[in-house]
Amino acid sequence: MLEKALKGNHGYWIWIAGLLVIITIGIFFYMRQLDYGLGVTGMSRDVSWGLYIAQFTFLVGIAASAVMLVLPYYLHDYKAFGKITVLGEFLAVAAVVMCILFVFVDLGQPARVMNVLLYPQPTSILFWDMVVLSGYLLINIVTGWVILSCTRNEIPPPAWVKPLIYLSIPWAVSIHTVTAFIYAGLPGRDFWLTAIMAPRFLASAFASGPALLIVLCLILKRFGGFDAGAKAIGALAKIVTYALAVSIFLVGVEVFTVFYSGLPEHEASFIYMFAGLHGHHNLAPWMWTSAVLAFAALGALIVPAVRRREGWLALACIAVFISLWIEKGLGLVITGFIPSSLGAVTEYAPTGTEIAIVLGIWSIGFLILTLFYKIFATVRSGLDSTTNGSAANGKC
Amino acid sequence: MTTNRRDFLKIAGASALTLITPSILNPLWAKETVRIPGQDFTPAKALAAKRWAMVVEPAKCPEGCTDCTAACHAVHNVPNFGNPKDEVKWIWTEPFAAVFPGENHRYQGQSLQKMRLPVLCNHCENPPCVRVCPTKATFRRPDGIVMMDYHRCIGCRLCMAGCPYGARSMNYRDPRPFIARFNPDFPTRTKGVVEKCNFCEERLAKGIMPACVLACKEKALTFGDAENSRSEVRLAIDKRFSLPRRAGLGTAPQVYYIL
Repeated sequence: MLEKALKGNHGYWIWIAGLLVIITIGIFFYMRQLDYGLGVTGMSRDVSWGLYIAQFTFLVGIAASAVMLVLPYYLHDYKAFGKITVLGEFLAVAAVVMCILFVFVDLGQPARVMNVLLYPQPTSILFWDMVVLSGYLLINIVTGWVILSCTRNEIPPPAWVKPLIYLSIPWAVSIHTVTAFIYAGLPGRDFWLTAIMAPRFLASAFASGPALLIVLCLILKRFGGFDAGAKAIGALAKIVTYALAVSIFLVGVEVFTVFYSGLPEHEASFIYMFAGLHGHHNLAPWMWTSAVLAFAALGALIVPAVRRREGWLALACIAVFISLWIEKGLGLVITGFIPSSLGAVTEYAPTGTEIAIVLGIWSIGFLILTLFYKIFATVRSGLDSTTNGSAANGKC
Repeated sequence: MTTNRRDFLKIAGASALTLITPSILNPLWAKETVRIPGQDFTPAKALAAKRWAMVVEPAKCPEGCTDCTAACHAVHNVPNFGNPKDEVKWIWTEPFAAVFPGENHRYQGQSLQKMRLPVLCNHCENPPCVRVCPTKATFRRPDGIVMMDYHRCIGCRLCMAGCPYGARSMNYRDPRPFIARFNPDFPTRTKGVVEKCNFCEERLAKGIMPACVLACKEKALTFGDAENSRSEVRLAIDKRFSLPRRAGLGTAPQVYYIL
């Protein structure tokens, strides 16, 4: 099936070549980081995690969101998702690969990464995160690939895939819960020390992931010759709307507890995020952008007529994605360190090297996604034309 | 004598068993003694304790004094990068409001407001850094010292996020060119690993008190066994009001401040 990724038009190859160029640049800058140390990044003694771990946290959510396609189709027999569950699974694969790469480039001693398995520490949430993420990667590669192969050969999927798919549903919830526990269990970080961290992660994941899927489906419809169908897109749009509403609600709940209780250590981080602290306000414009986009997208998405117009829907979904990327991929991780344990406000800004490495990893993710989706679209279009009887020459 | 296959396996099995026996029985009698990593025995002159602890009397600290920092950093080959971003520090001073944010208020006396307190790793009884480390590179010894294995650390910095005291530093770049004078008795670190105060475990093993304690001319730092009611640390805190940092977090720090 892999050979299907090797046939494409000019636009396809230009896109692939572009991604490869960005990946190469990323690798070049990673070599620099490997040589010099993590000092090439904007991370410091006070803000010891930055863009890398923030991307990882955001992408775990994207990976987990595949469950939003699998669950309605396999548990509720929602047929409209039948064609696109594989898209969710392949999106999960690409996202988990990015997650693993982001953790890897964040390590000070990457050559020792296997120490996590050689000397496993069960009390460490990072150890469990490694376990659940690699398991999730495996489950999604296997189910996605097997189902697509069966679709191509027009045979029903083998019986053993079903239990694996059912397992993937709680497993998807687990990857984001465990990731939230990395933050929510640290006694000294008041910004993260909240029991609704995991629910917040899940809510934002189930908004940002399906939002990305909608955009990808619309791209496939225009350039890939595959139409997911208005019903599937409409259902996904509803999922995004509800999840976004829950996500905003949960942030609001957090804000209430923090400010009504008036605990100064809990307030400080929120004040830093939205207003700045001691004259430092690097994040404020970003966080306001995120807030405005979230409310604007919610306002648009709750109107059914807007959800049905593809152009508007795409715009709203892009707004959701950007908003939640800022919230989780920027604000949540960095603000946990501001103010520091000793009350200092040290700001963080990523360096060029860091951004180049981040873009390189995103490009690797998009490359994996493109190849998988290309295979998927080719298999699908071959299938659809066969059933239409127009080009039933067995070549697909 | 001819040996058949069966007898050979019996003898081989029995021999193998004798090899692993000591390691099975060893923990039984090793429980109470202090084991020094990398050494099979405890040297006779080593200082041992059930729980090492430190008492700090910041009121004794002269203004601007950095003797403890200088001594510690020289002994432990701590690099000086000259910028706060990459900074590595084991013991240093902070203002009262930073060390005891929960105990501060607007009308706090000038003497406290202006005071700078020595801060270091608290060698917590319930250390979050040990709990979160994915490779057991940071661990707690039976005598309470929280230690780092610089060769096992993968540099993920979860311990830095976990430490509520800001006691940990990352080597964001190669530290060796930034060490003013090498002390051959203590290892230098490589880039990409986390480090922190080790209560001078390498000196205790040789029977010498921690460098910062000996360097302080004002005797503001006291070191000893918290479990021994006649130790210097216990005598110091028995008489006066003392506070560990952020006790409400449940970490049970073993550095006590007399204010």
